[in-house]
Amino acid sequence: MSTVAQALTDQLVIGDRTFRSRLIIGTGKYRTHDEMKAAHRASGAEMVTVAVRRVPLDRSSESFLDHLDPSLQILPNTAGCYSATEAVRTARLAREALHTDLIKLEVIGDQTTLFPDNEQTLEAARTLVDEGFVVLPYFSDDLIMAKKLLDAGCPAVMPLAAPIGSGLGIQNAANLRIMREQMPDAVIIVDAGVGTASDAAIAMELGADAVLMNTAIAEARDPAKMAAAMKLAIDAGRLAFLAGRMPKRLYASASSPLTGVVR
Amino acid sequence: MQIQVNGESRVVSKDLSLPELLVSLEIPPDRIAIELNERVIRRAEWSKAVLQEGDKVEIVYFVGGGTNN
Repeated sequence: MSTVAQALTDQLVIGDRTFRSRLIIGTGKYRTHDEMKAAHRASGAEMVTVAVRRVPLDRSSESFLDHLDPSLQILPNTAGCYSATEAVRTARLAREALHTDLIKLEVIGDQTTLFPDNEQTLEAARTLVDEGFVVLPYFSDDLIMAKKLLDAGCPAVMPLAAPIGSGLGIQNAANLRIMREQMPDAVIIVDAGVGTASDAAIAMELGADAVLMNTAIAEARDPAKMAAAMKLAIDAGRLAFLAGRMPKRLYASASSPLTGVVR
Repeated sequence: MQIQVNGESRVVSKDLSLPELLVSLEIPPDRIAIELNERVIRRAEWSKAVLQEGDKVEIVYFVGGGTNN
């Protein structure tokens, strides 16, 4: 096994589940189901997130889940919920339908920014953990909030990097670094804001354990190619984090010996 | 009798069970979940749940989504 492969055998652990891939992806906004499937394959992701919605009563319902590779772990989410009560109801329905205790908890506070309502998120997290859920909460990139969610029993936390679907990239690298340094054992999954491969690599270089993304892949001109790029970026960023980067210096530092130069 | 299904008013026959409601709405029963008056009804209990006038039923399934909906 190559050194690179060895370094990448460290697995993502969420509760009692382990994943080889540190890329988690969405299932929304794709132009066709085939395009989505190709992107999923190219990404190497082992877990995909899906939303819970009312079944339309006009006999137009088809099972979206049939379009997903059966080997994928499905991570239902509470996207679209604006209160702890709604999110808890949605999580309970998801568990009943899918027989999974995993839930990506999202409680949105505002339609324009889709920023999370951290207070409602924490309240919902506490209730769902009590009910035996494995809660993965989306929240603002804030150390104190992260600690509260971990104390509530969440096995991982999912700070945003930028507004959902914005593709702006990592807007506050310092906050991610602080969370990594102050919570060295926490599982931190950057959720939302990644726009292209370098953003994913930066998130991983800063010490994120994984990245969850949807729009960056689904809205790419060629989603499968972007999914492949993201896979490489995640691996590259993870390796760079494990390798430990050199310190930044303002001035040059010669790479060649300063002695024995021909004069 | 009148009930609410996914926020819509529906007139259904009296003493309808949840599996019968699904059949009448032509909703395939796989990988869905049902809430009756804001309480999830386990699949095994569906046939025992008999609808009453004014009941609120939510029937959900899964759709594509990421972190944005």
